Amino acid sequence: MARMKFLCDAERCIECNGCVTACKNENEVPWGVNRRRVVTINDGVVGAEKSISVACMHCSDAPCMAVCPVDCFYRTDDGVVLHDKDLCIGCGYCFYACPFGAPQFPQAGAFGLRGKMDKCTFCAGGPEPDRSEAEFRKYGRNRLAEGKLPACAEMCSTKALLGGDGDVIADIYRERVLRRGRGADLWGWSSAYGVRPGAQTPTPQPAPTTGKS
Amino acid sequence: MRVVLLLVAVAALGLSACGEKEQVVVYKQGKYQGKPDNQSWSNDPLPAEYRGGTWTKGDRSSWEESIKKRQMTQNEYRRIGQ
Repeated sequence: MARMKFLCDAERCIECNGCVTACKNENEVPWGVNRRRVVTINDGVVGAEKSISVACMHCSDAPCMAVCPVDCFYRTDDGVVLHDKDLCIGCGYCFYACPFGAPQFPQAGAFGLRGKMDKCTFCAGGPEPDRSEAEFRKYGRNRLAEGKLPACAEMCSTKALLGGDGDVIADIYRERVLRRGRGADLWGWSSAYGVRPGAQTPTPQPAPTTGKS
Repeated sequence: MRVVLLLVAVAALGLSACGEKEQVVVYKQGKYQGKPDNQSWSNDPLPAEYRGGTWTKGDRSSWEESIKKRQMTQNEYRRIGQ
């Protein structure tokens, strides 16, 4: 059974913002709402500065679902966390609960009036008929219903951002780490999916010595 | 006695809002826990020119197989030379 997850390889992200652009374009996300963004960690620390692409991680035990007072969230069979904008009251509780700052609120008018929450849908649309105009207007494209992966992951030029079934992308990442022999740390993976870093991504083993210096 | 009962009632009422719903997938009659949505594999695949996946409508395993193939294109160690 597929459990859709995101994985961002900080060793590969070059901060090109291709994922952000792909998301904006694919879902026609309005100004002021950023479903995905690229952030810099260890900013200014020489040798330790990295970039990562962040959006809703579709957590295994989603805190937004736990705190929503109107219970507008649900989880699909693929493990994607979605929400119903017809139920959302724009209270902002989910924003405070989310460790990734994923929920976004459009500024709908004067005096700081907040609109309904908007977030990454893993390109899986929402509670409207699949691939319909209504679904696109409210939630964006439903690429999963087209047999495709999220636009951000498919557009990533360095394949730093992987999207798809957790087992498959963890295998891809594992192979990558073993080949390059470093950079096994995964940012956000354990917060979102409750797995210790290293439990699914093995620490690379040192290359066998041949006896020659 | 009445005061104690009143306090118990107030406490029960107050704590009732602190409940947490189980985050399980419940799909019944086209709804996920009351929200109308359908499953990805319940749609027809797109025409070939749109380069979507190919699966049998309503067959979850064929949809998963199709999406898995697509996921493997993210692995450049396997993709190159295919």
